[in-house]
Amino acid sequence: MLAHAIFFYIFAFIAIVSAIMVTVSKNTVHSVFFLILDFISISCLFIMIGAEFLGMIMLIVYVGAVAVLFLFVVMMLNVAQQKNQWFSAKESSKHIPIGLIVSVIIFFELIIVIGGWKYKPDVVSAMSLPIDQDISNTHSIGYVLYTDYIHIFQLSGMILLVAMIGAIVLTYRRRSGVKRQGYFNQITRERSDSVEIIDVKINEGVKADD
Amino acid sequence: MISIGLGHYLTLAAIIFTIGIVGLFLNRKNIIVILMSIELILLSVNINLVSFSIFLNDISGQIFTLFILTVAAAEAAIGLAIIVVYYRNSSTIDVENIDSLKG
Repeated sequence: MLAHAIFFYIFAFIAIVSAIMVTVSKNTVHSVFFLILDFISISCLFIMIGAEFLGMIMLIVYVGAVAVLFLFVVMMLNVAQQKNQWFSAKESSKHIPIGLIVSVIIFFELIIVIGGWKYKPDVVSAMSLPIDQDISNTHSIGYVLYTDYIHIFQLSGMILLVAMIGAIVLTYRRRSGVKRQGYFNQITRERSDSVEIIDVKINEGVKADD
Repeated sequence: MISIGLGHYLTLAAIIFTIGIVGLFLNRKNIIVILMSIELILLSVNINLVSFSIFLNDISGQIFTLFILTVAAAEAAIGLAIIVVYYRNSSTIDVENIDSLKG
């Protein structure tokens, strides 16, 4: 139990510090690195608490895909001019105090809610999908995900498809001066457009440019 | 302090949520950092769902976390695509300069 507590505090400390560094670091690339560190420590917490599947999925999806996507975009755009300097911005520093006040109020509201909150006495008996301790975490997620939540699962696949199509349509750029394949012209071409039967007279032949 | 309960995880989620909110409010230069703050907020929501799922011994929280992961990935892809298109059109992604909709 002591080791559990120690590891929890270590991972939570790393997560909080790297989350702060994401928002305040001047270089966007460093922000992405700290975001990766944050996701890794949170996924370690997930694995520690007993949600191994989600911890691993978090590693794959966030660190493997989303963070690398962020890095690609930072690389493609001109980051050297896009420094993150909201501490030193002069004209727009008016909103900083009020933003900090609102954030602190939000934080204390959350802490008050967490501190003064209790279960209703019947919440444990109202559980719908209890975790079976005999099978692994991945098994239990699979049993529920492919039976009770199958329609929502398919819907999330549709969301990913629409996101993929949207990203491609948004970033696709048609360049001028590049020869391209015309699929419609290729498919709709007919014999009468391209082949012609000519009566060739004897001993005269056909001219090449006819 | 020694035994880690639900409150510890909820407090961690609240702290990360607040950091994301701060990044969202105070950042006026870089829109990519704003997207990353949104990712932090979604992460804190995921922490809440997973810890409730474990401590209440109910699997549905982890299922919801899976769907939130899906939607967050789609959102990041679309947001970054919009940023790329905007940068291509106006060659800046400063939040202060994005004011074409101002009357």
